[in-house]
Amino acid sequence: MAGTSGGFARKDLLGLKDLSAEEIGHLLDVAEQFRGLNLRAVKKVPTLRGKSVIHLFLEPSTRTKTSFDIAAKRLSADTFSISGSSSSTTKGETLLDTAKNLAAMHPDIIILRHKRSGGAALLARELPHTSIVNAGDGFCEHPTQGLLDLLTIRRSIGGFRGRVVSIVGDIMHSRVARSAIYGLRTLGAEVRVCGPRTLIPPGLDSLGVEAHDHLETALPGADVVMMLRIQQERLERGGHYFPSTREYSRIWGLNRSKLERWARKDVIVMHPGPVNRGVELEPELADSRWSVILDQVENGVAVRMAVLYLVLGGERAARSEGRGQ
Amino acid sequence: MSNAIEPTLLQGGRVVDPASGHDGVADILIGADGHIVELAPGLADQCPARTQIVDVSGRLVVPGFVDLHTHLREPGHEYKETVETGSASAVAGGFTTILCMANTNPVNDNGAVTRYIVSQSEACGLARVLPIGALSHGMEGKKLAEIGDMLANGAVAVSDDGLPVMDAHLMRRALEYCAGLGVPVIAHEEDTCLSGGCMNEGRVSTLLGLRGIPDAAEDVLVSRDIILAELTGGHLHVAHVSTAGAVRLIREAQARGVHVTTEVTPHHFTLTDEAVVGYDPDTRMAPPLRSEEARQAVVEGLRDGTICCIATDHAPHSTIEKEVEFELSACGVVGLETAWGLTYRLVQQGELDLMTAVRLLTSGPSQCFGLKTGTLGPGVAADLVVIDLDASTPVEVDEFHSRSRNSPFKGWELPSRIERTLFGGRTVYLWDGAEGRVGAEATAR
Amino acid sequence: MTQNSKQILDGEGVERCLKRLASEIVDDCDPEVPLALVGIRSGGMPLAERLAQLVEVATNRAPSLGAIDITLYRDDLYTGLEKPSLGETVLPFALDGYGVVLVDDVLFTGRTVRAAMGELHDYGRPRWIRLAVLVDRGHRELPIQADFVGRRVESKASDRVQVELKRDGVAGGAFLIGGQA
Repeated sequence: MAGTSGGFARKDLLGLKDLSAEEIGHLLDVAEQFRGLNLRAVKKVPTLRGKSVIHLFLEPSTRTKTSFDIAAKRLSADTFSISGSSSSTTKGETLLDTAKNLAAMHPDIIILRHKRSGGAALLARELPHTSIVNAGDGFCEHPTQGLLDLLTIRRSIGGFRGRVVSIVGDIMHSRVARSAIYGLRTLGAEVRVCGPRTLIPPGLDSLGVEAHDHLETALPGADVVMMLRIQQERLERGGHYFPSTREYSRIWGLNRSKLERWARKDVIVMHPGPVNRGVELEPELADSRWSVILDQVENGVAVRMAVLYLVLGGERAARSEGRGQ
Repeated sequence: MSNAIEPTLLQGGRVVDPASGHDGVADILIGADGHIVELAPGLADQCPARTQIVDVSGRLVVPGFVDLHTHLREPGHEYKETVETGSASAVAGGFTTILCMANTNPVNDNGAVTRYIVSQSEACGLARVLPIGALSHGMEGKKLAEIGDMLANGAVAVSDDGLPVMDAHLMRRALEYCAGLGVPVIAHEEDTCLSGGCMNEGRVSTLLGLRGIPDAAEDVLVSRDIILAELTGGHLHVAHVSTAGAVRLIREAQARGVHVTTEVTPHHFTLTDEAVVGYDPDTRMAPPLRSEEARQAVVEGLRDGTICCIATDHAPHSTIEKEVEFELSACGVVGLETAWGLTYRLVQQGELDLMTAVRLLTSGPSQCFGLKTGTLGPGVAADLVVIDLDASTPVEVDEFHSRSRNSPFKGWELPSRIERTLFGGRTVYLWDGAEGRVGAEATAR
Repeated sequence: MTQNSKQILDGEGVERCLKRLASEIVDDCDPEVPLALVGIRSGGMPLAERLAQLVEVATNRAPSLGAIDITLYRDDLYTGLEKPSLGETVLPFALDGYGVVLVDDVLFTGRTVRAAMGELHDYGRPRWIRLAVLVDRGHRELPIQADFVGRRVESKASDRVQVELKRDGVAGGAFLIGGQA
């Protein structure tokens, strides 16, 4: 299952950690082609006709699930949805039992969103005949979010090598941050993280990531600022990560004056959504000239079409010229 | 063992007995009462009639191993292990004396449960099973269990292992009470306020997106209990030490004369948190697999004597507990059948010498808890292990004598092979060249 | 070319065929209907460009030019056959009301053309679609025929046909390459 240079020949997409620069570049190139398709009057192609895609979303998600669903339907796949509340996992059935039962119905792809890290890896290991696409597992990875972030950055600033991306917020509990870090580092970008020390996990230096305590040092020179969502539940379960969202916002929240004071004029601001306006972002910043948040959402569909197309062997089967001459 | 056996002569083996420092070729004559009659070279002429002669030349012969830390799951969780299957697993791994923890269902917090476990063990007759009583009633950490009652019925130590005793006052009283009764308190050192994760906190937990447990969760409680042992004069035995900090704290306390001892598991001296990559639930345990620095610190502790024994923390779990997401999986691994191979692996890697390795599994644990086992000599019960150091053993979990399969070493090839285990002079385990036979099947040969 | 390849047309022959195809297209098409030439990627694209130049010379009016990549419309994505990687479809004009001439280098089973027609209809509703190919090598698997054909050749199903336009340093030509039968 090792990746081949210039292509993508994997059965599953579990994360960006183990992908080569060539594989990521290829995924982005193919996604770029699908972007064009999404601008057409007729947005549906017959590519995955007759293929079955199961959305197994065991954790709430609206945006990611919708994006995957649109992607699958535009490729003409049949889609089936199982959400946390309707699944048997709430009746004590294990993830693996649920997945094995689904796999017995011969879907081609299971798209899994799961609150436990390693959930997608577990299915990929146990279900050899079904492609598994990770739509977010615990704090581990969210590879399609990572890819859409990369595509948005590439389209906005032209490339990665030597560019600086600052990721601000709850790095510790963020799969979005991890996927972004793996992808950006593989493609040669410089990555900084910034947030309260209680939310910066250990070992980031081994990934070549620089940790900053304050926006004052994290912002200068950055080409991209990626703000992460601050989850209320971090305050609730006795984690003691920070005293209040008010204080968090004051120190690590982003606003126009901090941007104008410390950041480059042409910096872009990203956010994986949904935005807590007034916590990590000043309310109007999401709609400002700096923001590329809606581009991220737009690119999400193209990236997910590329992923579905490629894991089902769009190019695993399709390697070179064979067009009926 | 009441029944008389045939006198047996183990002839020509290399006999290593750390308690006496013996290392040389000798014969061992075992009498009809299952005890050693004599240990010396050239005993063939002095044997009584009808002595069974077993040629063990070229083999290592050592005392039967002693494990201060196992979980046998009976009563209550017999689908994972029973006293009988756990004992079979023990003798297949060379262990003839095993201590079993109290976290059964019902909890072993009174003499009746203790007596039940002992009687189950006597019924199968494979190994010496010595129960460890619960420290607190129901292992709830609230009030002392009836420790004296359990000791009277065969328990040899107390512990709430599996759960830390977070109430410092209760721990103080337990150490004090047990000091008077002359038994150790075994402590599972994990500050639950600090340990809300499922693996070691560090680079790997960050990569895997799993919540980490810092070394400090262990070190903080070890510090507290050393202070309490100093206060009370009790014997504190720290279960499954896993951090460099805890080893250092214990070493310093021992130097001050505090009665604190400790053990380390084969998985903690062999593996690091890198083994968790891939989310194999068989790499989940408490304490978690730590860093390479910690691994080296526990090996150093074995070398310099700070850690007096190797204990398996044999913790059988079925697939129900293990075929789930890493964070949801049960803690623990089986260890009785791989402990010797992993220990000898350290010898082969030059990290331990053979005498020390054998001591850590025999006289080390025995002397630590004042048990009359783990040594060889006239008049001692003939608990013996015969080992082929030149062979190797594949870890085939489906062939385990344990009822459970949760080993992080599945698929490994371990050096040497346990060929024969004798318990009270009787062969209770025999490698017949193709498979390992236990109990009557082994004795018949 | 390799030893077992046979020349069907030389560079000049390809150019002569294209001129004839261009004049047939001009003769056949109603000047009142806007004309678009759409090359099928990748082999049809250079031919469509050259045909557009020739049509412009003949009519003094440049036809619209487009390119179509049929990868997403193939019916054999999962048959294990090797396929080209995804290219871009570029149709810089609304198709509605246009007369479209699909251009490809080789006509073989007809499946590529079927996929191309399917894709065109997702972009709009052309007035009509016709097909121009340089080489028709037979072995049709669908009821599809070309309206304009440069050269018909006999081939085995296992053969391949390769077309190269004459350009600086390249003689060009069409070649039949024997396959492992």
